[in-house]
Amino acid sequence: MRRFSWFNATSLTLGFAFLYLPMIILIIYSFNASRLVTVWAGFSTQWYGTLLQNQSFLDAAWVTVKVAIASSTIATVLGTMGAYVLVRGGRFMGRTVFSGMIYAPLVMPEVITGLSLLLLFIGIGLDRGIFTIVLAHTTFSMCFVSVVVSSRLVSFDKSLEEAALDLGCSAFDAFRLVTLPIIAPAVISGWLLAFTLSLDDLVIASFTAGPSATTLPIRIFSAVRLGVSPEINALSTIMIAIVTIGVITASILTKRSSLAKQNDEQAAARTS
Amino acid sequence: MAQTVFAPWDDPQAKPLIQFKNVTKRFGDFTAIENLTQDIYEREFFALLGPSGCGKTTLMRMLAGFENTSEGQILIAGQDMANVPPNKRAVNMMFQSYALFPHLSIWENIAFGLKREGKPKDQIAARVDEMLRLTRLEKFAMRKPHQISGGQRQRVALARSLAKAPKLLLLDEPLGALDKKLRQDTQFELMDIQEKTGTTFVIVTHDQEEAMTVSSRVAVMDEGQIIQVATPAQIYEAPNSVYVADFIGDVNIIDGVATPEGDAYHIAWAEGQAPFTAKTATRFSEGQRCYLAIRPEKVGISADRPADMANAVQGQIIDIAYLGNISTYHVKLANGQMMKAQTANTRRLSRRSFTWEDRVWLSWTDTAAVVLEN
Repeated sequence: MRRFSWFNATSLTLGFAFLYLPMIILIIYSFNASRLVTVWAGFSTQWYGTLLQNQSFLDAAWVTVKVAIASSTIATVLGTMGAYVLVRGGRFMGRTVFSGMIYAPLVMPEVITGLSLLLLFIGIGLDRGIFTIVLAHTTFSMCFVSVVVSSRLVSFDKSLEEAALDLGCSAFDAFRLVTLPIIAPAVISGWLLAFTLSLDDLVIASFTAGPSATTLPIRIFSAVRLGVSPEINALSTIMIAIVTIGVITASILTKRSSLAKQNDEQAAARTS
Repeated sequence: MAQTVFAPWDDPQAKPLIQFKNVTKRFGDFTAIENLTQDIYEREFFALLGPSGCGKTTLMRMLAGFENTSEGQILIAGQDMANVPPNKRAVNMMFQSYALFPHLSIWENIAFGLKREGKPKDQIAARVDEMLRLTRLEKFAMRKPHQISGGQRQRVALARSLAKAPKLLLLDEPLGALDKKLRQDTQFELMDIQEKTGTTFVIVTHDQEEAMTVSSRVAVMDEGQIIQVATPAQIYEAPNSVYVADFIGDVNIIDGVATPEGDAYHIAWAEGQAPFTAKTATRFSEGQRCYLAIRPEKVGISADRPADMANAVQGQIIDIAYLGNISTYHVKLANGQMMKAQTANTRRLSRRSFTWEDRVWLSWTDTAAVVLEN
């Protein structure tokens, strides 16, 4: 075994410090008893308590979750359809243009996306609120879903669909009964990606949100402009905790299912 | 007692199940199938054999409905298939990759096609069980495809494609992924199942041994065309071209010039050498170029010139390929031509009569070789 050299140790420490030091400081200060963010005055959980009584934060959080669920679901449906047509549609007029265009929002600056959506909503006289944020988030997260799903579809064995057709399925049944269940993991991760993107989007939401609906990132941002309060630290800590639990659960589940599959395959090899 | 031979292709009254009529298929500039006309009869086990890229898979995919014809017609049971989608054809296909649905159990895989027909539940269950019995998979019904071995997967694919009792079953390199021993067992299983179910099988393969073993007729293809269609024995014994002779099995091809001589031909093949004698049904004119095709196992090898053989020629052993049951001797003739002669190893290896560098006589009868034109 190679010795763990001082060089490796240093780069590991530096790398992780770079990534996690800010978050650790934030978490520590969320348990600060003092109202001043940078002065440590003993351990306390009081800011978590005040956070739960802050109705405007709770409202904003609820709006954010509703927007994220709605927009990521619509984006998943549209993005999957788009990916399917671009990968499986065969050759048709303008296919190259379409496949280029579907990825354009990936590189488009958010300010531009937000501004152009705002202009559109004003142009057609749509009142800004939850609905417009959902539309805007769907627009920009759809292409992320379609990237994830199309990369799965490219490696998908086309003969599975042909087998379904061969056994009497219509094209739609083949998609519903064979393709969709098999690409489901990619569709779900596309949904999760769209969900997270929507959760933490500030720029586009601030263009398309109205007075009736404020998302959590907008709420936090406007609060921070008046000065960082320990309440924000507490809120951020809760969000970090939720994300951490989510990531750990997902990786445990993936690990388990791949282990189970490996065991099955070994068992199959033995019985043959 | 005369046994009725299965040969509907010789019966002018027989109605073909599949008819290819002047079928051409182009992919852009590339012509995959060129003006192909061929009949396939009910209960046949028809093999499409050829090197990769010869169009055999395209032909099969057109039967399944995954590809349209560019020109010409395909008829199944007299019906033009031009606008019939794959899911409306009484044709099922067994895919090369098996294409088993990974998210469904073996039972559900086999039931998949039956469920699409909307049959009652008990009928589906009975049919699936019957298929599981036929392919000896009862024990694995509740497993997923990744939980069984390659040979079992192959049987699931077969069961699934047979479950709907299709008129025609297409098999695309069905045994390609199996190892040799399993492949041979499965070939006999396939023939057995084909006989039991009475289904017409069309199999695509590049393995000539497989085609010879299982099929009632073999179509040898090259560059989008069928070169010869015949029973395995005819293909092997009476190939119609150098290409077929060379593609099926091992063969010695000798380039020569024919001269009619009584009911046979004398074939001059090298200067200063006695001509070979061969009998053939094909007519050759005086001085016409021809090719003599002789299978290595029909060439005898001996130390002295055999008295009663029509053809004998001397040469030197250059190489010996020992395959256990048989040995192939590579013999160099006087003009530098290499010839292969095969003998069964009926004696122990240590008592073999010939070795490297030995001068030997090769001999064969006047009917052993086939004389070909091109």
